[in-house]
Amino acid sequence: MNVLYGTVLATVAAAGLLTLVRLVHGPRALDRILALDVLVTMVIAGTATGMLLRKDTTSLPVLVVLALLAFTGSVTAAHLIEKREGMR
Amino acid sequence: MTTVRDVITAAVLPAGAAFCLLGAVGLLRFPDVASRLHPAAKAQTLGLLLILLGTAVQMPLRHAPVLLLIAVFQMFTAPITSQIIGRTAYRTGALDRRLMFRDELADRLARDGTPVDGPDRPDDPHGPHGPPPEEADR
Repeated sequence: MNVLYGTVLATVAAAGLLTLVRLVHGPRALDRILALDVLVTMVIAGTATGMLLRKDTTSLPVLVVLALLAFTGSVTAAHLIEKREGMR
Repeated sequence: MTTVRDVITAAVLPAGAAFCLLGAVGLLRFPDVASRLHPAAKAQTLGLLLILLGTAVQMPLRHAPVLLLIAVFQMFTAPITSQIIGRTAYRTGALDRRLMFRDELADRLARDGTPVDGPDRPDDPHGPHGPPPEEADR
């Protein structure tokens, strides 16, 4: 099973790296917000798989906090962008 | 019992990882914000749900409610985030209008008399504010 967990973790990490590319040169700020949201989701997925791999459940509350932070962060940043563009 | 759990995990966990990877590829290759919302939502909902399911099956039963809480929360918040990002993209003119076949919201807003601010609408003969409002409706 450890081989399976390792493969899944590597796949999620590769997905996170691809998302990071979009995060670095997304042309607009909205692309970056979206990429950051997806990246946090992949961090959640990778942490869950890592819990299986290490066979401890210490980082279970981290998943809840990450899920909360991703939502509030994205919504707040999108609102700020809307306000900033509305100023001009 | 352990075998059943292992089979479920072995089926579900790689599927979730594949959804995450495909979502990331789509996020990288799709042309503008509105179309990138689609692969992002796939990775956020189905990819994460499958991985959380595969994790919950392997864990002791008392940890399942926490993972269920994360799954439910993600199912609630992913559409909200997508909608707000899409709305901001529309209002700030971040959409690539050459990729659009039809903008029904612009028709609706023009009918209501609200101006639409977008920088470029190349195929629109009426300029940036859409077609003139039709008076025949009321």
